[in-house]
Amino acid sequence: MSTDDAHDPKFGEYGGQYVPEALMPAIEELEDAYERYVLENEDGFMDEFRQRLADFGGRPTPLQYADQLSARYDTDVYLKREDLLHGGAHKLNNALGQVLLAKYMGKERIIAETGAGQHGTATAMAAAHLDMPCEIYMGETDIARQRPNVFRMRINGSEVNPVTVGRGTLKEAISETMRDWATTVENTHYVIGSVVGPHPFPKMVRDFQAVISEEAREQAIEKTGGLPDAVLACAGGGSNTMGAFAHFVDDTDVDLYAVEAGGSSLQVDEEEGVAPNSATLSTGDEGVLHGARTKLLQDSDGQIMESHSVSAGLDYAGVGPELAHLVDEDRVIPVNIDDDAALEAFHRLSQDEGIIPALETAHAFGYLEEHHDEVGDTVVVNVSGRGDKDLETVIEETSKRDLDIAPDMSIFKRVGGGGL
Amino acid sequence: MGLERAFADEPAFVPYLAAGDPNYEASLEYVEALARGGADVIELGLPFSEPIAEGKTIQNAIVRSLEAGMTPDRFFEFVTDLDVDVPLVCMTYYNLIYQYGTGDGPRPFVEKAAEVGIEGLVVPDLPAEEAGPLRRACDEFGLDLVFIVAPTTTGDRLERMLEQVSGYVYVQARLGVTGAREDVDDATEESLARLSDWDVPKAVGFGIKTGDHAERIVSAGADGVIVGSALVDIVAEGHENRDSVEEVADRLEAKARELKEGALRGASERPQPERT
Repeated sequence: MSTDDAHDPKFGEYGGQYVPEALMPAIEELEDAYERYVLENEDGFMDEFRQRLADFGGRPTPLQYADQLSARYDTDVYLKREDLLHGGAHKLNNALGQVLLAKYMGKERIIAETGAGQHGTATAMAAAHLDMPCEIYMGETDIARQRPNVFRMRINGSEVNPVTVGRGTLKEAISETMRDWATTVENTHYVIGSVVGPHPFPKMVRDFQAVISEEAREQAIEKTGGLPDAVLACAGGGSNTMGAFAHFVDDTDVDLYAVEAGGSSLQVDEEEGVAPNSATLSTGDEGVLHGARTKLLQDSDGQIMESHSVSAGLDYAGVGPELAHLVDEDRVIPVNIDDDAALEAFHRLSQDEGIIPALETAHAFGYLEEHHDEVGDTVVVNVSGRGDKDLETVIEETSKRDLDIAPDMSIFKRVGGGGL
Repeated sequence: MGLERAFADEPAFVPYLAAGDPNYEASLEYVEALARGGADVIELGLPFSEPIAEGKTIQNAIVRSLEAGMTPDRFFEFVTDLDVDVPLVCMTYYNLIYQYGTGDGPRPFVEKAAEVGIEGLVVPDLPAEEAGPLRRACDEFGLDLVFIVAPTTTGDRLERMLEQVSGYVYVQARLGVTGAREDVDDATEESLARLSDWDVPKAVGFGIKTGDHAERIVSAGADGVIVGSALVDIVAEGHENRDSVEEVADRLEAKARELKEGALRGASERPQPERT
């Protein structure tokens, strides 16, 4: 695990606390709670967290040998099955940790933002499990493309507040949740969904997600007798990425690949303020957004670009400050995969391994398909989530493309179940 | 230093508008109308795409201004084109300051701001902890750096901030984001009481909408009132109804006068004047 100083709000030049003054007392309170409960296990907080992750969440998740992919690539491919965590994604690790922490802190209300809806559903589940009222902010574009997750949040008893400004995706949802927090800071905890935002969020979320690599590292040694040559994880904000990397950061022989969304193109349209990708680590540059200095997709004036990806969960113009730092230090290798390759990888994993991955996760497999010669003899890929939530998007996006690997869906036409 | 002079003789009226809302030309007229209406300092918003401290009213103003083509360089032109004899403060978010010029620090922005006659900066997403480089640049070019004191700001945080502040402190009247309200929060009086030992002028903002609000705030001890959303509402309404620029400017001037007069009434009601 990276040996940073828990009290230091920075990762090199990145990180910090760029938030309105009204939030600073809450941030200081959270820093104090993070140090006492998470780092020092005061009142047995971490023991309770681990127990609930096991009983409610279903940890540990398996590290599975992927027979077909291993044969296809002539590489031992191991899958860290975070899709098997309760809720179907790694997001519960963090959501459960933060909602429990809010309880220890005596907070009475939970708010959260969500992009793909995975963090929102995880927070809604954790809040129901721990009996806390919960409101989720979600951009209207994301609400439209992630309907099943919206239903899940409502069914778990959370309010879902649509965010209508801007393009209505994760960036706007985070801004709106911060505004709520600035108003309600005295009794409310903001469960941020990724390793982003002001200190201590990037470190705390990483620590809650680090269980992924803690398990994967031990499981890899147990199954293979050693460490893998590489770990691959998709990267949007970067919570599954940092979770999958954290315990490998000091193992300098293990290559760490952060696979970003290349979208439809890496070219940006300065005039329109649009980057048709979310490849922040690969193409972004330094700036300040949502409480932290990090790498951003921004125009030359510093206005934040609208990012784009077929995968809602990667669709974000910023990235965790620790990842930005690890990229600058050459410890993490930033790569990217475009929408087409991610969709192909989605179908391949579904057919070859019987695992329907989240579109986010599919990016990591897209990279493996294209670069399996370069990643070594043993690789761990973090299956950050399952793809049920993405089926509507996948069917729509597949029908727009001529993908050899995609199954023929004309059965709907034959039974009159609606055209594609 | 500079901006304190605007608070020296009588309570200051400090209006805010987003520069370039709804377009460059109209916005020049609107800012000049505020000066005619009695503004003592004018806060000009340089719009940023992610304004996390703003409520709906100012978010929408920022969208209108950005869509009409506002950029940091256009903003500096705007300031140059303005014909007002009132000190100007730029209110914006840190990324625009940080990216300007070389893209690796606040100095080029501050240098340019000083060159066009900006006298101070308010940066809502820059707490005292992160303000070192900007404070140094402001010192170098003679700008004031205004900090926002929230109802939750107490103890060490307040001390740290007041050591760095200059010009005036922006006292946030209630928790939350910017926006006009029907009433004024009691948190204001508590905040002013916490600040009473400090002789930097105290300007109260967030939620002030009428001359009566301004009166109450000043009689409670404020040295000035900051009004944004109530003025932006007038701009927004005029834009939606396609009213002429002259009509909207007249309404802004009248509103400014109402607020300034309210502040003056408040001062006359104080048991004893704070300064001579």
